[in-house]
Amino acid sequence: MDINPILLAAAIMVASTPILLAAIGELVVERAGVLNLGVEGMMITGAVVGFIAAHESESATLGFMGAALGGAAVSVIFGLLTQFLLTNQVATGLALTLFGVGLSALVGQGYETTTQVPVPKIPIPVLSDIPIIGTILFRHDAMVYLSLLIVAGVFVFLTKTRAGMILRAVGENHDAAHALGYKVRRVRMMAIMFGGACAGLGGAYISLVRVPQWVDNITAGTGWIALAIVVFASWKPWRLLLGAYLFGGVTALQINIQAEGLDIPVEYLSMSPYLATILVLVVISGGRAPGSLGKIFHASS
Amino acid sequence: MILLEKRKQTSQFWTYVTPILAVVLTMIFGGVLFAILGKDPVLAIKTIFWDPVFGEFAFYYRPEVLKKAAPLILIAIGLSYGFKAGIWNIGAEGQYIIGAICAVGVALSFYPTEGRWFIFPLMIVAGIAGGMIWAMVPALLRVYFKTNEILVSLMLVYVADVLIKAFSIGLMRNPDGHGFPGSRNLNDYPAAANLELIAGTGLHWGVIAAIGVVVASYAILARHQFGFHVRLTGESPRAAGFAGVNANRLIMVCFLISGGLAGVAGMFEVSGPAAQILGSFPSAYGFTAIIVAFLGRLNPIGILLAGLLLALTYVGGSAAETAMNIPSATIQIFQGMLLFVLLSVDVLTDYRLRWVARSGGV
Repeated sequence: MDINPILLAAAIMVASTPILLAAIGELVVERAGVLNLGVEGMMITGAVVGFIAAHESESATLGFMGAALGGAAVSVIFGLLTQFLLTNQVATGLALTLFGVGLSALVGQGYETTTQVPVPKIPIPVLSDIPIIGTILFRHDAMVYLSLLIVAGVFVFLTKTRAGMILRAVGENHDAAHALGYKVRRVRMMAIMFGGACAGLGGAYISLVRVPQWVDNITAGTGWIALAIVVFASWKPWRLLLGAYLFGGVTALQINIQAEGLDIPVEYLSMSPYLATILVLVVISGGRAPGSLGKIFHASS
Repeated sequence: MILLEKRKQTSQFWTYVTPILAVVLTMIFGGVLFAILGKDPVLAIKTIFWDPVFGEFAFYYRPEVLKKAAPLILIAIGLSYGFKAGIWNIGAEGQYIIGAICAVGVALSFYPTEGRWFIFPLMIVAGIAGGMIWAMVPALLRVYFKTNEILVSLMLVYVADVLIKAFSIGLMRNPDGHGFPGSRNLNDYPAAANLELIAGTGLHWGVIAAIGVVVASYAILARHQFGFHVRLTGESPRAAGFAGVNANRLIMVCFLISGGLAGVAGMFEVSGPAAQILGSFPSAYGFTAIIVAFLGRLNPIGILLAGLLLALTYVGGSAAETAMNIPSATIQIFQGMLLFVLLSVDVLTDYRLRWVARSGGV
C-alpha cells in the first residue's frame, strides 16, 4: 500500500469543498429557522449552470458566478412557497430536489462531452513553500480558499454582528422576533438565497473541478450529505469544517484505495460515504436545533 | 395587498378542488415550458395526457399506464401512513430496489425448478421482507438514537443503488448472458414471471395487489383504530400521547408498512415489466410516489387517481419523446412542478385570501 499522506490530505481538501460550501449555506438557512431539503436540487442546478456558463464564456470565474446565481434562483422558488404560501418545508424541499434534477438533465443536454475550462491552482506565496502544510493547505484553487473564507465569514456574522443575531433570533423564535419588529420573512428569504448560492457554488465545484465534466445526476447525493453534516455540526460553523473534512476524507481515501487496486470490491467502497453519514448521524445526536426550525411562520395579527 | 387569514376549519371544498386546480395549472406551466423549448404546447399536452388514453394507439398505451401506476400506487399508499403521522420515509426508492433484489435472489436460487405455486409467493414474501428490512434501519435508528429518518432513509437509497449495480454485474449476472450485465430474464422463467393475466390489458399481479391495498387501506384509515392513531399523531402528537398512542411503535409500524409495500412493488416490477436486475432498473418510482401520495391527499382513493395520472405522465412523456422529440427530462421537471404547484394552491385549504386596502409590512 502506497498512499502518500500529504497528497491524500490535499485531496481531502478538494473532495470536501463541495460538501462544505453546500453545508455552510444550509447552516445559515437552518439558523434562520428554515429547513430546506432541496440542497441536492440547488447543487445540481449550480453544477449544470456553472458548467454551461464556464464553457460558453471560457471563464471559470463566470462559471462559478453563474452557478451561484442559478442556485439562488431556484432557491427563490422554495422561499416564495414556504414563506409566502406557507407550504410544508419538507415537501417543498423534496419538490425542489426533484425539480432541480429534472431541470439540470434538460438544460445539460448536449453538454455531456464538451471540453472543460481549467480552474487554475493559486499557490499562496511564501505559505505554499512551507513543507507538508504548504502542500496540504496552500496550493489549491481559489474556490477552496473561498469556501474557508465563507465559513469564517459566517462564523463572524452569526456571533459578532447585529444582523447575525437578528437572524438567529428569527430562527429561535419567529413569533418573538416578529413581535420585536424584525422582518421574519425578509430575513429568511435572504438566508434561503444565500443557501442557494452556496449550494450552487458547491455543485459547480463538482462539475468544474472534481469530476470535471457534465453528466446527469453528477452530484449523486452530495446535497443530502451536506444536510447531514449540518446536523453533525450541531449548527456550528467550525464543527462544520470538521464534518466536511471527515467526509472528504472518506471520499478521497476511497478513491485512493480504488486506485491502489486493493482487494476490496469497488462497489463496496463507493458505498462508504453514505454509510459513514449514517454512522455519524447515529453517533452524534447531540446539539440543539434552532427553536423554530421547519415551523411555518404566519403573522396572524 | 392580499392577506392570508387562517380558516377555523380546513376547507372541505378546497381539499378536493386543489389537486385538480394544481394539475390544470401545471399543464399551463408545462405548456409554457414546451413553448420555450420550441414545441407546440397544445399538441405536447395532448400527446402526453390525451392520446395515451383516448388516442388512436390507446390500445397500446392503456396497459402501459396500468403497469406503471401499480408500483406508484403501492409505494404511495405505504408512504401515506407515515406522511399523515409526520414520519418521513423518503427512501422508498431504496426499499423498492432491495425488494426487487431479494425477489430475484429467490427466483434465481430455484432456477430452473418448476413450481410456480411456491416460488412466486415466496418471491412476494422476499420482496416484502427486503423492503421491510431496508426500512427498519431508519426506523430503529430514529427510535433508539433519535437519528433523522429523512437523511438515513435517503442515504440507503444510494447504498441500494450501488448494490443493484454490483449484483447485476456480479452475484446475479446471467451465466448464459455472454458477459453482459444483468440477471436472467424472469419473463422466460415461468415459475417466477409476473406476466399479464389477460393479454393486452396490462393487468398483472401487481395491479391486483395495488387495488387490494387501496381497498384495505381505505378500510384501515376509516374504520380501524390504527388509522385513527395515525391521523391523531399527525394532527397533534401531544394529544396522541394522551390517547395512549405509542409514538415509537407507530414509527416502526409506519416504516414497516411503507417498506413492505415498496419492496413488493419492486418484486412485481422486476418479475414483470422490468424482467431482470439491471443497473438501470429503478425508474425513480420511489421518488415519484412521494408526489403521488401528496397529490392524492394521502387518501387511498386519491392516491389511486394520482397514481394513474403520474403513470400517464411517464407513458405520455415517452410518447412525446418519440413523436415530438421532447427530452425525457421534461417529464421529471413536470412532476417536480406538479408538486410545487400542488403545495402552493394548498394554501387555500387552510387559509382564505382577503384583499386589504393598505399594506401592513411583511
